[in-house]
Amino acid sequence: MVESVFESLEPLLPRVRKPVQYVGGERNAGTKPWDSVPVHWALCYPDAYEVGLPNQGLMILYEVLNERSDALAERTYAVWPDLAALMREHGVPQFTVDSHRPVGAFDVLGVSFATELGYTNLLSVLDLAGVPLHAAERDTSHPLVLAGGHAAFNPEPIADFVDLVALGDGEEVVGEITEVVKIAKAEGLDRRRTLERLAGVPGVYVPGLYEVTYGEDGAIAAVTPTSDAAPARVHKRTTSDLDDWPYPKQPLVPMAETVHERMSVEIFRGCTRGCRFCQAGMITRPVRERSPQGVGEMVEQGLKASGYDEVGLLSLSSADHSGIGEIASSLADRYEGTGTGLSLPSTRVDAFNVTLAEELTRSGRRSGLTFAPEGGSERLRKVINKMVSEEELITTVSTAYEHGWRQVKLYFMCGLPTETDEDVLQIASMAHEVIRAGRRAAGRGDVRATVSIGAFVPKPHTPFQWAGQTAPEVVDARLRKLREAINSDRSLGRNIGLRYHDGQPSMIEGLLSRGDRRIGRVIERAWRDGQQFDGWSEYFSYERWVAAAASELDGVDLAWFTTRERGEHEILPWDHLDSGLDRGWLWDDWQDALAAEEQDDCRWTPCFDCGVCPTMGTEIQMAPPGSVSLPLTPVEHRTSTPVRNPAFAADRSD
Amino acid sequence: MAARSPKAGEAPHPSAPTVAKLRMRYAKRGRARFSSHRDIARTMEWTLRRAGVPVALSHGFSPHPKLSWIGAAPTGAASEAEYLEIGVTEDLDPALVAREVDAVLPEGLAVVECVLAGPGALADRIDASRWEIETPGVGDDVLASAVAAFVAAREVSVERLTKNGPRPLDVRAAVAELVLALTRTDEPTEGGREDRARAATCGRLTAVVRHTTPAARPDDVCSALRAVAGLEFPEPVRATRRAQGRLDERGELIDPLAADRAAPTA
Repeated sequence: MVESVFESLEPLLPRVRKPVQYVGGERNAGTKPWDSVPVHWALCYPDAYEVGLPNQGLMILYEVLNERSDALAERTYAVWPDLAALMREHGVPQFTVDSHRPVGAFDVLGVSFATELGYTNLLSVLDLAGVPLHAAERDTSHPLVLAGGHAAFNPEPIADFVDLVALGDGEEVVGEITEVVKIAKAEGLDRRRTLERLAGVPGVYVPGLYEVTYGEDGAIAAVTPTSDAAPARVHKRTTSDLDDWPYPKQPLVPMAETVHERMSVEIFRGCTRGCRFCQAGMITRPVRERSPQGVGEMVEQGLKASGYDEVGLLSLSSADHSGIGEIASSLADRYEGTGTGLSLPSTRVDAFNVTLAEELTRSGRRSGLTFAPEGGSERLRKVINKMVSEEELITTVSTAYEHGWRQVKLYFMCGLPTETDEDVLQIASMAHEVIRAGRRAAGRGDVRATVSIGAFVPKPHTPFQWAGQTAPEVVDARLRKLREAINSDRSLGRNIGLRYHDGQPSMIEGLLSRGDRRIGRVIERAWRDGQQFDGWSEYFSYERWVAAAASELDGVDLAWFTTRERGEHEILPWDHLDSGLDRGWLWDDWQDALAAEEQDDCRWTPCFDCGVCPTMGTEIQMAPPGSVSLPLTPVEHRTSTPVRNPAFAADRSD
Repeated sequence: MAARSPKAGEAPHPSAPTVAKLRMRYAKRGRARFSSHRDIARTMEWTLRRAGVPVALSHGFSPHPKLSWIGAAPTGAASEAEYLEIGVTEDLDPALVAREVDAVLPEGLAVVECVLAGPGALADRIDASRWEIETPGVGDDVLASAVAAFVAAREVSVERLTKNGPRPLDVRAAVAELVLALTRTDEPTEGGREDRARAATCGRLTAVVRHTTPAARPDDVCSALRAVAGLEFPEPVRATRRAQGRLDERGELIDPLAADRAAPTA
């Protein structure tokens, strides 16, 4: 039996900001009696509740695990410093929001890392939970700390702090881990034996079973398994048929305000556009589409279960679903006049994208459309493999303005490989042209464009994994020049907003992204000096990170891990972790990038041998053609809900 | 894909007309008391959609459901008497709405009653609240002398942080009645000994507070006791709004839905 800590937590809650985020009780959340199952999972999103609650990955695994008869799963999130201080003072440990059970009592603590900026919060969670920070210091009484998510494709910087890493899609592997843990507990295996068993689960990497040595040049000399149970290479997992995994079926609806308040349906996973900067697109191959019918059923059931008034059709590039036109029309037909908004995060620069957006906003708001050319010049867009001409962009935004949108957002990156000042300054002339074209198309002067720029961070398992990151001073200087260039024409510049973040946080993200095991000490130092919530500018301290790197690194430094370009034969910290991409293909694609040569999308053109499908035994899965057939109730007039409650129907017929 | 473009500033489909207004009394209990009014409002909108209640939508470019809220208990306070008016586009049995909405509310929120609105504005029937305030760590005997000092005072001013900065608030003027709740009105009176034992370590007050601007909240009442008698609360107090209504000459609160229940059904 594990007791709830709520009674000791409750008196602290009136003293903190937004206490509702700590009480749980979300619609569709559920709890199981502790002793009813052998395996207990605590699932953690290492950021604030408002960011973590809507996370799809965590929500999916929560439901998948709770559907099992041998497991229960509860959720835990990072605790803000105001409550954390009170919890330390009153001896209240890190808790789950479902049953307020102490996290330290669970068998597995699964942590989902969408970004590397959650690493310091991992340490806060472990510390508040009373779990030793270092995996080597834990025994059978402690949870197995498991990292997953995109950032876990290079888990080396947190190798000291985690026991296990799951590579790739989580739907199936969490069940297999549950099976092993169940047996290990029943047999009373010690921690080392348990970890060795887990190392045999495909997709599971146990960092503690490998030794890393370094050469005189500072680079890795070798990564060697120290146990027969540890495979030389660990391959990622791929969930094949999305229609078999219609999760979340019962989306969690929080009482607290969160960053995404909508019913999300993943319409496909993976992306083969081949944008060279995009880690998500590289590590989630191949494309697997959900069928239009499957999408329709998830939307219908999810709206009924949640009551949300917005549906997001999610993926890495949603307009690319082969049946998206039919999906959009049939959902728009079904939900027109029910107070339900439909949205499709897509930044594709073409007219079809505008048509889609138009269809989805038939009965409602047309706030803004977003397009992502990513690179300022034609040459740079070839380097990053984002094939958009300026002409296409101008035609597309003109169409948008013509059809009633007054505002477009344009996404770019700064600091891309081979980039010069001139490439970035071309963003200004592009934005000016967008306003000119927009005024012509809309027939009015008040059209607006927002240029939003982020600093580029080279990521593992991409062709840019060898690239030198651009120093923050260079990024900041280019962005200053860009601002001047945009405002050089006052009459156009006043209709253009420029949003950017300074380059320093990206430098630390770069350190954590491509770091090796030596970065663990830097993370621990920064955290001991007070660093956490790295994704929040009010908590992020560049100086603290720089000082931590300077004090903990020996022979190598911050620049070595970030701005240094790597050679072809250098052993990269994640080379023993297999995303399916062929290393030779990645290198060739990097060379093509430097020569500004483009690569097609293999969904529509022949295979170009990136290596994923043959290595992983997977294939591209296109949805069968067809539309979403949903029970269409003629809507005589606008109302506020898509749900027909039979109780009221009976009342109506009276 | 033929799309119809709405004209600027105009919704493409006019909302169905509001045929009836429902008045709902709901409770916020247990851990739901930590939700803010915004949290409740959002939750209630989603809940009404889940329950399939046909709520009328406002006109305009960005239509929103026609819900109006009368007052709202502050974050951290529980309540048995919160009120909401709902414009609906169909004639519905209010008791059925109460049942269906209650069934899909999240834990801690509950529908107490739902009636069809009769003539008159609900806001005009509410000018005061009755609060029950539990004071863990402060027993009834200690409370009693502080309450006596408060009642005897002509004015008890506390500082209250408002949008426009700190502002003095005369809590004494807002409080119509402040007494020790020696016997609970909402629980059976058996087990008197246990009740007395608890009263020694956790006092219980009943406060009838007029709705002034800014509103005097249970916290302010406690601050006033601190100001007037130097009373310190070692643990956060727990407040529950028991009722809202119009304060009559005898100091009683008139149930704001009584008039609707009495009104002939439309």
